[in-house]
Amino acid sequence: MLAFSIRRLFQALLVMIVVALIAFTLFRFVGDPVNQMVGVETTPEQREALRERLGLNDPVIIQFARFILNAAQFNFGTSYQFKQPVAEMIGKRLPATLELSIVSAILAVLVGIPMGVYTGLNRDGVLSKFLLSASLIGISLPTFFIGILLIFIFSVNLQWLPSFGRGEVVQIGWWSTGLLTWSGIKALILPAITLGLFQMTLIMRLVRAEMLEVIRTDYIKFARARGLPNRAVNYRHALKNTLVPVITITGLQLGTIIAFAIITETVFQWPGMGLLFLQSVQNVDIPIMAAYLMLIAFLFVLINFVVDLLYFYVDPRLRAERAIK
Amino acid sequence: MSDEPLKQDAPRGALKRALDSDILHSFLRSKITVIAAVITALYFIGALFAPWIAPHDPFDLAGISILDARVPPLWMDGSDPRFLLGTDDQGRDVFSAILYGSRISLAVGFLSVILAAIVGVLLGLVAGYVGGRTDAIIMRIAEVQLTFPAILIALLIDGAARGVFGNLDREKYVFWILVFSIALSLWVQYARTVRGSTLVEKNKEYVQAARLIGIPPFLIMIRHVLPNVIGPVLVIATINLAIAIVTEATLSFLGVGVPPTQPSLGTLIRIGNDFLFSGEWWIAIFPGVALALLVLAVNLLGDWLRDALNPKLR
Repeated sequence: MLAFSIRRLFQALLVMIVVALIAFTLFRFVGDPVNQMVGVETTPEQREALRERLGLNDPVIIQFARFILNAAQFNFGTSYQFKQPVAEMIGKRLPATLELSIVSAILAVLVGIPMGVYTGLNRDGVLSKFLLSASLIGISLPTFFIGILLIFIFSVNLQWLPSFGRGEVVQIGWWSTGLLTWSGIKALILPAITLGLFQMTLIMRLVRAEMLEVIRTDYIKFARARGLPNRAVNYRHALKNTLVPVITITGLQLGTIIAFAIITETVFQWPGMGLLFLQSVQNVDIPIMAAYLMLIAFLFVLINFVVDLLYFYVDPRLRAERAIK
Repeated sequence: MSDEPLKQDAPRGALKRALDSDILHSFLRSKITVIAAVITALYFIGALFAPWIAPHDPFDLAGISILDARVPPLWMDGSDPRFLLGTDDQGRDVFSAILYGSRISLAVGFLSVILAAIVGVLLGLVAGYVGGRTDAIIMRIAEVQLTFPAILIALLIDGAARGVFGNLDREKYVFWILVFSIALSLWVQYARTVRGSTLVEKNKEYVQAARLIGIPPFLIMIRHVLPNVIGPVLVIATINLAIAIVTEATLSFLGVGVPPTQPSLGTLIRIGNDFLFSGEWWIAIFPGVALALLVLAVNLLGDWLRDALNPKLR
């Protein structure tokens, strides 16, 4: 277990270094950082002084080492466009994105698993067929168009829910939450559905496929032969064994959700990191792009790591294999 | 493959074989697949012949008039028989814009899938055939990239391209930047699949024989291994076409794709999105439905192809 964790940790570190290299390349070689920071009337001498002060004349290796050291402390300098520290700007917007992502993930799991179990158990039911067709359409609808449709129906026509922003937020320390006010919750509903729908269909199809597989196994047949009630067989024996892959996929999808939040945040003008990142791409604000890339990579690596350990913990066979080796 | 000598009596034999093959049979038996194929074909025809089919040229400034702006679709009050699906804020016919938009969406989708397939298949072949350190490096890169969603990678490449070309020059190359960034976000799947089958093929006798008579490795890969590992690539490519079209539309919707002067379906939705609240819903919704229908049809085709080519499921 310990050796396994250490090896995983080492791999994670390697991924982070590769990503840091990409971020550094972006920062250093896409456009001239000095040109972005100074005005037109700056003299060549002043530029050279700034260049020296920023360490841009040092060997590239040293610059990269410095970049990593700074990145480890989440120091990415100042935004070209807003002239504010990048870490502070992202920190302010992190809660909005995380709240949206986590609520969508919970929604996807809470709705997706029951739908998957139902369609897996009642293969030929009318409702099952309907849900399956609907899920195919759900996969084919681009995320942003789902958002637009929801806005069109619930904001423009029915006028039930707001179409942009977070509503009122409450500040708890450095964390700002929209979950404690009525308008904040109302503002969260449409974006959370938009973001969660794709994962919901994914989880549903996964649980269904796993259920169909498990139901055919001998131990389920045996449980039925023993005369156990359907409910006990379906939920205690079958569902339990489908959940291992579901946990893995859901965990990995959490990272995807955070990245897809870029689209949802744009449609709903949700003031999160994704919207900030998109603006930075449009304005070639490299420090924000680099910081966002590093943060997302870190979250991905962290989630991967936790999921790996969880998998290891949930499935006893994996532990046994390692022990034999 | 075993029926290599049969190639002599092609094309008549090939055509006959195709006509009573399992694939054609399973195709005709699945009604929904036939419908999906017809819809996809219609999109292709519409996109290819847009200048002849479209009732108006949405990019001909002389032909559009601001007086025709915001006309609703045919079945609503205040409509104009010239505009089947209404007009946008500049008086452009929405139906014609969709036809021209599908053209760009399909072109970007196709080219990026082809580019991704070429890059992925070649890297997969090399990784599988050469093995060793080359394999390790290629597959490690693939693994790192696989942890990031395609849209994020495409956005980053686009951002870097803006930095390199500048925002103005970017408009000139935007089509190719899009193709390039979407292709780069999709190559991994091909590489992994091809590498896997190459690992199996390279130990077979025909490869050993080719090696023994002194054919250089590059030719063995292209002429002997490639034809035997290319099957699954077609399935991935079909499913990827849907992903590529959605990615292009998403990038264009986010405002980092093709500019409004040459709109794709995604750009049209972006333009229409601003008018959702003022009641002109058709400017955004129709291109959106057109996009969803295209993606759904391609997805259904891909699903069917995957099942049809998988002998385990027959």
